Amino acid sequence: MPDASQTAASDEQAAAEAPARRFAETLLEVQNITLRFGGVKALTDISFDIKKGEIRAIIGPNGAGKSSMLNVINGFYTPQEGTISFKGKLRKAMRPHEAAKNGIARTFQNIALFKGMSTLDNIMTGRLLKMKSNLLLQALYWGPNLREETEHRAFCERIIDFLEIQAIRKTPVGKLPYGLQKRVELARALAMEPELLLLDEPMAGMNVEEKEDMCRFILDVNEEFGTTIALIEHDMGVVMDISDRVVVLDYGRKLADGTPDEVRGNQAVIDAYLGVSH
Amino acid sequence: MLYREAGQFKTSYAADQSLFPIAQDKWGVVLLLAVALFAVPFMASEYMLSSILIPFLVFSLAAIGLNILTGYCGQLSLGTGGFMACGAFFAYKLTTAFPEVHIVVVFLLSGFGTALVGILFGIPSLRIKGFYLAVATLAAQFFLIWVFNKFGWWTNYSPSGVISAPPREVVPGVVVTGASGTPEAKYVFLLVFVAILALLAKNLVRSRIGRSWMAIRDMDIAAEIIGIRPMFAKLSAFAVSSFFIGIAGALWAFCYTGSVEALAFEINRSFQVLFMIIIGGLGSIMGSFMGAAFIVLLPLVLNNGMLWIDPTISVALVAHIEFMIFGALIVFFLIVEPHGLARLWQLAKEKLRLWPFPY
Repeated sequence: MPDASQTAASDEQAAAEAPARRFAETLLEVQNITLRFGGVKALTDISFDIKKGEIRAIIGPNGAGKSSMLNVINGFYTPQEGTISFKGKLRKAMRPHEAAKNGIARTFQNIALFKGMSTLDNIMTGRLLKMKSNLLLQALYWGPNLREETEHRAFCERIIDFLEIQAIRKTPVGKLPYGLQKRVELARALAMEPELLLLDEPMAGMNVEEKEDMCRFILDVNEEFGTTIALIEHDMGVVMDISDRVVVLDYGRKLADGTPDEVRGNQAVIDAYLGVSH
Repeated sequence: MLYREAGQFKTSYAADQSLFPIAQDKWGVVLLLAVALFAVPFMASEYMLSSILIPFLVFSLAAIGLNILTGYCGQLSLGTGGFMACGAFFAYKLTTAFPEVHIVVVFLLSGFGTALVGILFGIPSLRIKGFYLAVATLAAQFFLIWVFNKFGWWTNYSPSGVISAPPREVVPGVVVTGASGTPEAKYVFLLVFVAILALLAKNLVRSRIGRSWMAIRDMDIAAEIIGIRPMFAKLSAFAVSSFFIGIAGALWAFCYTGSVEALAFEINRSFQVLFMIIIGGLGSIMGSFMGAAFIVLLPLVLNNGMLWIDPTISVALVAHIEFMIFGALIVFFLIVEPHGLARLWQLAKEKLRLWPFPY
C-alpha cells in the first residue's frame, strides 16, 4: 500500500516541522474511573488528563469504551468508582445540564439535532443558558427580551459565518444532508461557548472533502476560540494529524497515552488494532 | 403575483425576527382582524355569532393551550376537558365570592389556578412518555370532573350541579357574560381577548422557553446536554398550556354557553380539542385556529348542505351522515397532510410566491 506509507512519511515530516505544542494547565482529569453495566465492565480503572487548550484524541477499536468515557465526562453515566476533576473541582457525578452549565459541550456519534427546528433555532438553543429574561418578558417579546434575542442572534450569526452555513439558516435541519447536519451540531455546541468540547466521531460517514472541512473547522475552533477539544475518531490519518495527544482504549482499559508518534510506535496499540498471532 | 417579498430587505436581526417578516402577511392579518372587529359584529346574524364564531374563538384558545403542550413540547395529553372545567369552576367560585373584581382579572386568576393544577398533573411526565403519559393525563380528566361533580361547594350547592354565569361587565355598561350579555358584546370581547392571548402564546413559542420546549420534544437527551432541565421545561409547558386551557374553559362557561355543568367538559371535549390540533397542525399557533375552525364549522356546513340538497331529510339521518363524512374527512386529511392545515397553508404560500411561474 504505497498510499499509507506516503501519508505516514508526510506525517513524520509535518511532525518534524511543527514542534509539539506544550500545555501547562490541566482542565480535566479523570482518575481510576470504573464503569459497570451489571456484570459488564465498560471501563476499568481509566486515568488521563486533558490540558487546557489542547486537542486530545480518544481512539480504540469498536467497543473499547470511548463513547462511554465521553458519557462519563458529560454526566450521562455515573461511574461506580473513580473521580473526575474539572477546572480543579473534584466530583464523582454530575447531571448533564450541570456539565453544560460548567462549560462542557458535546456532539453525538448519531446526530442529535432537534429535527423539527430550523438551523438557526437549533443554534439558538445553544444560547439558552446565557439567556436571562423571564416568562413575562418572553410573552411580551418586548424590551429586554427583544434586545436579548437580537444579541444572541448576532452571536449565532458569527458562528454561522464561521462554519459557512449561511444559506441553510432557515431550513429545518431534518431536511439537510448528513454532512451539513454534523456541521450544525458543531455549531450548536459552539454556541454554548464551551471550555471543553467533546466530539464523538465528528467525521464518521463523511467523504474526503467533508472530512477536510471538518478538520479545518476543528483546528480553527481550537486556535481562534482557544477551546479545548476531546474527540473520538476512527480515521487514524485525521487523529495523527490534528491531535496533540492521544489516549488509546481497548476493552475498557487504557493501552497507551501520549503524542501521536509515541502512540503509533506502541506495541500494545499495534497489537490491539492489527491483532496478535498466537 | 401579489404575494411576493421581493424588495423587502431586512437590515437588522430584530426586523428579521419580527412576527410577520413578510409585509403581505402583516397587512393580511391586520385586515382580517379589522374586518372581524369592525364589520362582522354588524353583519353577522345572532345565530352566526353565538353558535359559530364564539365557540370557534373559545375552541381556538383551548387548541392553542393544548398545542403548546402536545405540539411544541411533545407531551401527549387527554386531560384538556378536565383543565377547562378547572378554569370554569375556578372563575365561577372567584366571581361569586368577589363580585367586585373585574372579570378579566377573574379569568386570568382562574388561568393561573389551572396552571397550578396542570403542574400537579404534569409531574408524571417526568418519568413517562407518549401513550403512557396520555393515560396518566386521562386520570386527571376523570378525577377533576369527579371532583366538580362530587362536591357541591364548587357550584355553590346548586341542586342540579349546573353553574350559571352571573352577568359581569368588561367596561361599564357592557355585559359580556351570562345570559344577559348580547352576542355582539361577547363576540368583540372574546375576539380581543383571544387575539391578545394568542399573541402572547406566539411570543412564548418563539422565545427561549419555546425553543426549550421544542428541544425536549425533538430530542430530550440532546436538550439535556445543552443545559435544559427537562423537569423545568416539561412542567412549564404543562403550566402555560393549562393556563390557556383554563381560560378557555372559563370563557366557555361564561361567554359561550352561559351555564354549564361539569359533564360538559367530559372526555369527548378533550378528544375534540386534540383533533383540532392534529388537523390544524401540531406545533403551530395558526394551526390551532385552523383546526378549531375546521372542527366547529365542518359539521355545520355538512348539516346545512344536506338540508339544502333535500329539505325533507330526517334529522337523525343528517346526524349519521354527518358523522360518517366527518370521520372520512379526518382520515383523508391525516393521510394527505399529516402536518395539518397549517402546513397546507404554508405550502400554498410557497406556491403563491412563484405563481404564475412554476419555479
